[in-house]
Parts: sequence; structure tokens; C-alpha cells
Amino acid sequence: MTSVGSGYDLSVSTYSPDGKIFQVDYANKAVENSGTCIAIKTKDGVVVGVEKLIPSKMLCHGSNRRIHAVDLHIGVGISGFLADARQLVLRARAEAKSYKQIYGQPIPVKVLSQRVAALCHVYTLYGSVRAFGCSIIISGIDQEGPQLYQVEPSGSCIGYFGASMGKGKQAAKNELEKIKFNEMTTHEAIKEIAKIIYSVHDEVKDKDFQLELGWISTTETKGQFNMVPKDLQSDAESYAKNALEEANM
Amino acid sequence: MSFNQDYISHPVFGQVDYFNKKNHQQPNQHTPYYSVHNHHQTDAGKQKTLDPIVTGSSVIAIKYNGGIVMGTDMLCSYGSLARFNSVQRQKQVGTHTVIGVSGELSDFQSLSNTLDDLTTDDFCIDDGSKLSSQEIWNYIARLFYNSRNKGNPLWNTVVVAGNQNGKSFLGKVDLVGTCYQDDFIATGYGAHIALPLLRKEYDDNPNGLSQDQAVKLIQDCLRVLFYRDARSSKRIQVSVVDSNGVKISDPIELDTYNWHSGEAAVRTFQQVALGK
Repeated sequence: MTSVGSGYDLSVSTYSPDGKIFQVDYANKAVENSGTCIAIKTKDGVVVGVEKLIPSKMLCHGSNRRIHAVDLHIGVGISGFLADARQLVLRARAEAKSYKQIYGQPIPVKVLSQRVAALCHVYTLYGSVRAFGCSIIISGIDQEGPQLYQVEPSGSCIGYFGASMGKGKQAAKNELEKIKFNEMTTHEAIKEIAKIIYSVHDEVKDKDFQLELGWISTTETKGQFNMVPKDLQSDAESYAKNALEEANM
Repeated sequence: MSFNQDYISHPVFGQVDYFNKKNHQQPNQHTPYYSVHNHHQTDAGKQKTLDPIVTGSSVIAIKYNGGIVMGTDMLCSYGSLARFNSVQRQKQVGTHTVIGVSGELSDFQSLSNTLDDLTTDDFCIDDGSKLSSQEIWNYIARLFYNSRNKGNPLWNTVVVAGNQNGKSFLGKVDLVGTCYQDDFIATGYGAHIALPLLRKEYDDNPNGLSQDQAVKLIQDCLRVLFYRDARSSKRIQVSVVDSNGVKISDPIELDTYNWHSGEAAVRTFQQVALGK
């Protein structure tokens, strides 16, 4: 065995002597190599933004989406392996549908997040499977108001006011910590997220990127999870670029 | 042991014995197995909808220049009893389609859930296209045809109306999956009473109707139905589908002629009051 895992990383059902499951650590590494994804919960809704890295100039605009709707009132943002995450999105849609059929009301965001997390967790228990190489941010509005949860490969499911993951996780976190979430509107949050994603992006090292923005708000989108409309998005992007130029001067 | 099944095999409100249940062949009474086993094999455990219980009456709809007007009353009858008098029998599906449903209320509710799932899936795909009225109409037709082939039909007649890209769509599906499109459609008792009225008005206006004309026509038809159809009410809803989308009205109480008898029936109220 080579030095990295010393044989303890061959299966998710083996602990290392210091109590780690290396496969889960590796899954987290896969997330850290991916474009940054951040979300902000405001008083009236949630905004999600993803720095979608473009691997080739020949890709169609808008392909490989990293923000998806799961139900009318819930959406997810993705960091990590897209194919793995799409599997989670599919499962989340199935859970949302079955909950509605059984209980006759939309699934609460917390319940959905916990069910998706339970699936991730199951994939850390058996030697025959590998952990999901992705983290997702689940945002939505239910009876409790706006909700924001992050689900990781380990199967953890944690609620946040502001969450970040991917390459620029730490830098984005530092920026998010300055925000007063309860005083912010979704409109301001869109600009803030655009600014953070643009500032976190490493122009030298990284490929080109496209900003993807999704939002849900009781007032702005009537409680539906939508992609941010073009005009608002381009406003936010020019605001972000200006802010970045000013900071560099 | 002989086991008399007659008491469970009668339809509750037997209008028509569609599946010939009354002359149902008894399962072989002389099977060599013991009777408890035989008892479990009766068809009571997998009873299908062989008869509607709570029903809505007619749906009527007509195309006009620029859209479609559809009208229903709000009554759901339990047999001949006017049981639920404020039930909405129209439903918006997707962005520019409305359906009006007559027949079994619970089957309508089930259909509503199915269609909501369908439109939610469409919403999640988010590829910029939305289900057209014709797709929804065809989906319902497939759904109905499929369940009637299982011998378990959804006991409804559905009218699908929509307007998209400047084109109106009006179609109908019945409980066995028969479907067609037309410029004016009526279901149930309305197919006998209202359809000739719709046809006449449509033929009298070769250049098409205005929206006001169409709304008035639908209201008039529902009023006639209220007079003639014992399963209808004067509490109605009228929906308009045009390029602005779907608009289902609040409940409307139809004006009717006075229902006094004797002298009051031939005079207006004021004439009677003035003693003329």
C-alpha cells in the first residue's frame, strides 16, 4: 500500500486507526475541487448562487446546470460531481412527490433535507458502494418560513443562515459572516452572492465560469423556486464586477 | 354453505347496470375446497368503481374570438340529493389550460392530484417549454382509456380548454377514453339541453362571438339547465381562457324568473305590490 490511506481507504466500511473513514474524506475532496456554491437566507426568502466552471468553450450556454428545482417550493444548488448530485436531485423529487401523495401537503424543507441526508449516509455504510462525491444546498419556503440546509457526503444535514461549499468555501464563509441576514432582502442577497462568487473566483488558475442564480421568496417569486430572471442577474453581475474593480484599485 | 351475494352486488345508485352485475355468474359452488377458502375468493375485496356516488352535472364551453369561455355549476349530488352546493368543478392546469369536470367528485380529486404531479414535473424540468392544452387533453385521454381497460374507469367527462400562441384549444374526454375536439362542447345533461343552444348561437355568428356574447351564452345555457336538469344548481362559475391566461370567476348566483304560483306568476312583483 502507498502512504496515503495505508489500506484503510479501500472501503467505506473500514475505519482508519485514528477513526476516519477515508472514502468520505475523499468525497469531500471532490467537493473542494468543484466550483463554489453559496446561499443566503433572508427574511423573505433564500438565494442560491453557483460558480459553474466551463471546461470547454464548445459547450452550449446553460448546459450542465448546477441549480435545480425539486418541487414548486424547493430548489438545490450543487458542488462536486454533477452526475452524483443529479442522482440526489432525482431522489429528492421522488421524496417530495411521495410526501405530497401521502400527507396531502408540500414536503417541509427540513424533512426533505433529512431524507436526502439519510440516503447520503446509507452510502457511507457498505463496502459495496461509494459515498456521493457532492454536497448540496437545499433551499425553500414552508410553514416555518424560509429554510436553508446543507447536506454533505457524510450524511450530515445542517441548517444555516448562510452556507458555502466548493473551492472558495473558506473565502466565501469569511464574507458571509459579515452579513446581517435578518436585515437583508432577496434582491440585496442576489447582488451580495454575485459579488462573493466573483471575488472568490481565481482568474489565473481556474477556467472560465458562468454564474448561476436561483431564488425563492414569499414576495418576489410567490413562494416558487425560480432561476433569477435575466435582467436581475445581469444587474447583479455588473454590480459584482464594479465592486471587484473598486477593490483592486 | 350457500353464500348469497346479492346484497353487496347491487350498485348503490343503480342507474345503469353497466357491468351486468345483477346477473353475475356465481363462482363455482362445488369446488372441492373448504368454504373459508372460497369465501376469501369473492370479488368483494377488489371492488371497482362500477357506479358514481357523488356527481357533478354538466360542463359547457364555447370558443369565441380570442379565447374560450367555460361554465359549470357548483353542485355535487349524492344520488338525487343535492348534497354539496359549493364545489368548484373547474381547475387550472399549468399556465394556460383549464379543465371542467362532470361525474364522480372523488375521481375528479384524484385526477387533480395526478395533473398537479404532472405540472410539478414540468416545472422542475425548467427547459422553457410548458405542457400545452392539447398535451394535457391527450394525457387525460390516455389515462382514462388505460384505467377503463383495467375495468376500473375514472367516472368523469372532462372538458379541456386552453389558449396559447394566439390559438384556442377545446377538447373533451369521457370515462372510456373517447376524445375529440370541437368549437363548442357540452357534457352530461348539457349535451342534450345546452348543445343545440350553443350550436345555434355559433351558426348565427359566422364571424365568431365576442367575449361578452360568449359569457352571456354560457350563463343562459346554465340557466336553462337549472330549469331542466334536476341535478343542477343556479350557483355557477364561469372561466375565461385567453391570451392573458386563465381566469376562473368567483361563484355567481344566476338570476331566475320568479317562482311564485298563481297570480304572482303572471305579474311582476311590482304589479302585485301596487295592487294593479
